Amino acid sequence: MAIADVAQYAHLTDDEVEQLGREFDAIRTEIEESRGAKDAAYINRVITAQRWLAAGGRIGMIASSPLDKKLRRPALVASTVALGLAKILENMEIGHNVMHGQWDWMNDPEIHSSTWEWDTGQPAEQWKHSHNYIHHQFTNVLGYDNDIGYGVLRMAREQKWSPANLGQPVYNALLAGLFQWGVALHDLDLEAIRKGKKDPKEMKRQLKQIAKKGRNQILKDYIVYPALSGKEWRGTMRANATANLMRNVWSYLIIFCGHFPDGALHFTEDELTDESRAEWYLRQILGTANFEGGPLLHLMSGNLGYQIEHHLYPDLPSNRYAEIAPRVKALCDKYGIPYTTGPLHRQYGQVLRVITKLSLPNRMTKDDKPPTGVDVTVDSGRKPDQQRQVRRTELGGWSRSAS
Amino acid sequence: MTWERVRKAADKLTTPLLPDDYLTLLNPLWSSRELRGRVEKVIPETEDAATLVIRPGWGWKYQHRPGQFVGIGVQVGGKYQWRSYSVSSPPVKSGRTLAITVRAMPEGMLSEHLVRGLQPGTIVRLATPAGDFVLPDPPPAKSLFLVGGSGITPVMSMLRTLDRRRTMGDVTLHYSSTTPERMIFRAELLEMHERHPGLVLHEQHTDTDGIFSWDGLDHLVPDWRERETWACGPAPMLDAVERHWEAADLSDSLHIERFSLAFTGDGGEGGTISFQNSSKSIEADGATTVLEAGEQAGVGMPYGCRVGICHTCTVTKISGTVRDLRNGAEFDQPNEQVQTCVTVPVGPCVLNI
Repeated sequence: MAIADVAQYAHLTDDEVEQLGREFDAIRTEIEESRGAKDAAYINRVITAQRWLAAGGRIGMIASSPLDKKLRRPALVASTVALGLAKILENMEIGHNVMHGQWDWMNDPEIHSSTWEWDTGQPAEQWKHSHNYIHHQFTNVLGYDNDIGYGVLRMAREQKWSPANLGQPVYNALLAGLFQWGVALHDLDLEAIRKGKKDPKEMKRQLKQIAKKGRNQILKDYIVYPALSGKEWRGTMRANATANLMRNVWSYLIIFCGHFPDGALHFTEDELTDESRAEWYLRQILGTANFEGGPLLHLMSGNLGYQIEHHLYPDLPSNRYAEIAPRVKALCDKYGIPYTTGPLHRQYGQVLRVITKLSLPNRMTKDDKPPTGVDVTVDSGRKPDQQRQVRRTELGGWSRSAS
Repeated sequence: MTWERVRKAADKLTTPLLPDDYLTLLNPLWSSRELRGRVEKVIPETEDAATLVIRPGWGWKYQHRPGQFVGIGVQVGGKYQWRSYSVSSPPVKSGRTLAITVRAMPEGMLSEHLVRGLQPGTIVRLATPAGDFVLPDPPPAKSLFLVGGSGITPVMSMLRTLDRRRTMGDVTLHYSSTTPERMIFRAELLEMHERHPGLVLHEQHTDTDGIFSWDGLDHLVPDWRERETWACGPAPMLDAVERHWEAADLSDSLHIERFSLAFTGDGGEGGTISFQNSSKSIEADGATTVLEAGEQAGVGMPYGCRVGICHTCTVTKISGTVRDLRNGAEFDQPNEQVQTCVTVPVGPCVLNI
């Protein structure tokens, strides 16, 4: 089922939708005005801890290499875990959020969306386009949001089935294990390449950028650090591969739990027509799912367990999502809007079910996403505004930095 | 292998970060990524002015010319606020510190913080020295300094340089301040006069003596026309000096430093937006966003969502003020990142695009 008009779906009048928009704006204003020294100290603390973890892991691997086997093994395991956690923290709570501009208000060029480069295969510039713009603006709109299945998985019943989809459970496992490289290719827009719609010049530029970033990442993890470990180079190489795998699987898991559990809805292109800011808020809530957990789980997942809050306010500091969440939930209750959440294992279980079911044609499976049935899909009935500025569809080039 | 090359090679270990990003874990000054310094001492000068002694980190070249100012960025409420202050210490190549002297201005939030709220040990950001209010090398044989209030700070750097290099020569300093107690560096100047009879000091205590009339200059410094002159102080004083030198057809020998910004006057919304790199500009009213104005001017503005979500449109504003349409917040700092799709100009501004 896909929604063409969120306001109509949510049974709200235009006035109610506008009122709701104002209430969400009020929360944003309040948080913006209360950002201060405590928030700045938080992100600096997380960055410092992450860098100590990373340095500790790297140095631990090298320092433990001359030791005898009995001591080396536990040291190597501890170093691997430290490095894996450092990579997770860097990608989730630091890189992703800094690149969203959550910390731009500090006016610190070292912690700024325009300068941050993260520890993964994808160049920051391409991520900011494919994620901040495409995914956050067109969240869950079929044909626009490439995060619906990343161009490899069929994640919505509206997407056409092909026999290749039978392999989905396998593709899924591969995507989880190699997630950083899947993300690295994300802004290329595999769908557009398949359809021959991609500008070849732009593709070449992006590929070059990816190759340069990827080369440095591989060199660091699989050549330079192993070389520094002398004859124990194999151990370091394995440790680095394990740390990367930890990060890949974890970030895959968190990201898939944000939009594919039951209750996160998809939308058709019609929804984008004349969508107001308030309706955009509504779509973010309906298209997104939270998961529950303690403070440590939220930290390690970049506070994306508060995915709904993150989608409403992608550029507010992540450490404030926890305090916003009850207020967002109260607003949802007040207006009768579903607020999807659940424990992490249940959310991921639903994701797996979707992936498996949709590997088969629609007629062989039933839709689990509530509410089910074709009759729920409504047409907006509004004409497209011809005066509206043409929506840009090309990828990447326009966000190129001056260099 | 030089130190720079070692660090360059270490890039391979720390990519995508720099080695400096890890070295700052050990010592916050061990980074040349952004110029930075540690406040070593805060020395009270008068009841509302203090000298900050700052130890710069890597990458700082002790090569400011006497009279130049530096930018200093201080985190207040989590946010870096930038201001420029004249360096008051002389340039010393082997030096370890630099000093700036700040007077707390009424309603000057940052200057108040610098004078009264800054703890030794605080890490601040620095910007390279700039400004052409400088002392030439070698100095002129006869010079005249006209100073009002905290305008003494760049002049002090020049006088200290002359003192250090033993090139004082024939120098006259005319120093106006409300009372002797509010005169920054008064004791040091008197002591300098003791050592260099060529340095003549005129004090003007405006609370008791009133404001100096420039018509009296002929009497006070009969040979002022022959002197290379530097003037720094409040705007009305500088305007008067400028007129006086112009009338004597001597504008060429007058150097002026204005440390207070001239406000645009009307304070209303809208203004001319200049796009520095594409050398285009456009007049925008208070309802046209910077992004829309840029597009109208034919500048290839980056943009994404156009509603303030994705930060794709963020551009560096070099100068001027813009207002955020969402909450009315004003961004008036130089070199600030602004979201063009939700901001409107307030007076003229310059963008780095």
